[in-house]
Amino acid sequence: MARLSISVPLDVRLLDKGLSVGEALAAFNAAHGEAGGIVSFLGKVRPDGNVKALELSHYEPLTLPGMQELTQEAQERFSLDGALVWHRVGVMAPGDAIVLVAAAARHRRDAFEAADFLMDHLKSAAWLWKRERRGDGWHWIEPRGQDHSDLARWK
Amino acid sequence: MGVRILFLGPLSDLAGESEIEVAAPLDWEGLLGQVDAAIAQQLRETRVNIACQGRVLADKTALDAQDGDEVALLPPVSGGQA
Repeated sequence: MARLSISVPLDVRLLDKGLSVGEALAAFNAAHGEAGGIVSFLGKVRPDGNVKALELSHYEPLTLPGMQELTQEAQERFSLDGALVWHRVGVMAPGDAIVLVAAAARHRRDAFEAADFLMDHLKSAAWLWKRERRGDGWHWIEPRGQDHSDLARWK
Repeated sequence: MGVRILFLGPLSDLAGESEIEVAAPLDWEGLLGQVDAAIAQQLRETRVNIACQGRVLADKTALDAQDGDEVALLPPVSGGQA
């Protein structure tokens, strides 16, 4: 039995501490007994030689509301029974979880596409700024062209 | 009380602080005059957005912040990773 329970169809959170993937998915699964399938994606801080830490900062009045709107859009677009979108902020180490997305739908295709859609938009359009600490100090991560082409897939 | 100006992401490094407080009211020209030249330069570029009271302005030159308002300067968000 999951200790954590989910009672709303769209569960969107910003977390300043580590997230328990197993518990979150167990609770999400329990909340969506009618779904035919659940697709989940876990994004992690990539162990990348020189990178010692990753820090995500956000802006309270915009970041969470933006994620909620995005999740609502995904629900409508892919006829989801529910979605879970949990994003870490603060300082993380290589191997730590940054983001957990799960989509529950009647049919698997919708669930796969919704998870993909959510990730592309979280990566490129959510109000989050990242910097990483390398051997010589902190460096802000700039936007990449790839992010825009990722978004263009959904236009 | 005045207007609080918040520097988000890399703008906080350029500003050397995360926020400042200035006299109200504050419009676009006033904002450009209150921040470092390097930040004013970035604000003039289209990539930097401005939010007032938690709402992103469609036209940032229409900024009209009143006493007690919070103005956030929002550089482009980071991509990368995963």
